[in-house]
Amino acid sequence: MNETYRALAEFAQTWGLLYFFGIFLCVLAYALSPRRKKQFDDAARMPLRED
Amino acid sequence: MTQLHSSAGEGHGSGATEPGVDQSGKKMTFGEGGLAFIFAVLTLSCLTVAAKTHDAAYAFHAYLSAFASLAAVFVILNRYTDRPAALPALEIDGKPNYNFGPVKFATLAAMFWGIAGFLVGVVIAFQLAFPWLNLDLPWTAFGRLRPLHTSAVIFAFGGNVLIGTSFYVVQRTSRARLAGYLAPWFVVLGYNFFIVIAGTGYLLGITQSKEYAEPEWYADLWLTVVWVTYLLVFLATLWRRREPHIYVANWFYLAFIVTIAMLHLGNNAAIPVSVFSPKSYIVWAGVQDAMVQWWYGHNAVGFFLTAGFLAIMYYFIPKRADRPVYSYRLSIIHFWALIFIYIWAGPHHLHYTALPDWAQTLGMTFSIILWMPSWGGMINGLMTLSGAWDKLRTDPVLRMMVVSVAFYGMSTFEGPLMSVKEVNSLSHYTDWTIGHVHSGALGWVAYISFGAIYCLVPWLWQKRELYSLRLVNWHFWISTIGIVFYISAMWVAGILQGLMWRAYTSLGFLEYSFIETVEAMHPFYVIRAVGGVLFLIGGLIMAFNVFMTIRQPEAAEAGTGIANPSLVPAE
Repeated sequence: MNETYRALAEFAQTWGLLYFFGIFLCVLAYALSPRRKKQFDDAARMPLRED
Repeated sequence: MTQLHSSAGEGHGSGATEPGVDQSGKKMTFGEGGLAFIFAVLTLSCLTVAAKTHDAAYAFHAYLSAFASLAAVFVILNRYTDRPAALPALEIDGKPNYNFGPVKFATLAAMFWGIAGFLVGVVIAFQLAFPWLNLDLPWTAFGRLRPLHTSAVIFAFGGNVLIGTSFYVVQRTSRARLAGYLAPWFVVLGYNFFIVIAGTGYLLGITQSKEYAEPEWYADLWLTVVWVTYLLVFLATLWRRREPHIYVANWFYLAFIVTIAMLHLGNNAAIPVSVFSPKSYIVWAGVQDAMVQWWYGHNAVGFFLTAGFLAIMYYFIPKRADRPVYSYRLSIIHFWALIFIYIWAGPHHLHYTALPDWAQTLGMTFSIILWMPSWGGMINGLMTLSGAWDKLRTDPVLRMMVVSVAFYGMSTFEGPLMSVKEVNSLSHYTDWTIGHVHSGALGWVAYISFGAIYCLVPWLWQKRELYSLRLVNWHFWISTIGIVFYISAMWVAGILQGLMWRAYTSLGFLEYSFIETVEAMHPFYVIRAVGGVLFLIGGLIMAFNVFMTIRQPEAAEAGTGIANPSLVPAE
């Protein structure tokens, strides 16, 4: 039981941390990429457009 | 049951619904026929259950379900005979033919349940101050009325606001008609039927005793069907969108719908004793059950009361302020951060219990990390007003929504603070928790909902403005004073309670007996009840305002929300 706990905890504290941080970096890259600036500026106005 | 007819009606220009118009070649759709058949079978099954059960309250629910199913069969067939051959067109003259009928129903249902929920809240607040108000009857005892209050405000009021606004926002930001012909009505009516079953069940003593998940197995099963249909309608509407980008509000709605489905299934994994009994047993045992319950409970806060209402914020505040979202990039970052982090925060409800210490610490850590994405949302909501701050002076609806975002910031600061074990040892089991919940529920959830309803009603019923902005102002100030009474009374009560419970004499005995701490609460309970009365009065003013807005004859000018009123078919 204790061994399982230790193994799981070690996995969570190393790979789990890196995995979450990796996802976070991907989100940052997606959101902050200058390529998408125009698209997002446009999206920010979506509620204001009428049809 | 979840037939969506996503392609039905294409190529037909007729949006008219008068009987006798173009009925030639009319065929019943698979959804109409199938749903009528399913409801007919359901009617018979419910009658069988009603006849065979020994539990009177359960029999009442079975009869109620049989009656509702029969009514559904009748309504579906009646609707079929009255409608023209072609289903409502998806577009008319190149413009989306929006379906606002279910939105209108959900908006009015939210108004009704809101008043009911606030009223029951006031009753139980007075019961705590004056226990004789329990009336010595089982049906009016605090223990039964309290879940009635929480479910009425969270699931009935909040749920209808979320379903209504999500059906509105997803159509407008996708520029597409809501998917499905009967499905959206099934979602709205089915959800409200669930509320009726849940609420009457509490009063009659049917409960599985899980906080915020009290309804028994049969109500849970029904809600699952309704909720899956809700998800499919939402996804199918997104699928037919004309906009290439899925607007951030829809992401929040989607996170809310998907996560609630997951939580509901996990926390209600119960095995009924028999089909003829309302009683069931949960498959989880002991501390695992507690952990699943608070994994559910806290994410109900995170995804029902936060993600869903953030979606409302992201549509209605820019719309009302006539300003773009302050930072769309921030909205993406805080969305993903919020949904990844919230799911881990539940264990902070179980500090100093049998739950392993590491799990408690994990819950606390994630709760503290939550500060960041929560405040990301608050900053984004508030800063959307940059360049339009003067509107706060003139527009009480916008003021209501901005104050709600401020309350969101305040309660998401307080929450992580209370999740810290040392603070929790003082605050847990005291009225501080109740105060915290209500600063979030009254200040954030209710105010953003009020703001959204005040915006929606003139748009949906095609009026130029609300009946009276002055009444909105009165609502705002009366309710705000009510909230201040409520939360400050609960802060003082909670901290006093916590300190009295841990006070020792010089000889090491507890200084106060429990009943002394109860007596000390009395003045604060009275103040809290008065605060609740003020909040209820605000709600009544709003109901009157909404009613008068719908009744007023004057029609909308172009540009107030619905460009061409003739595009909306009568429902």
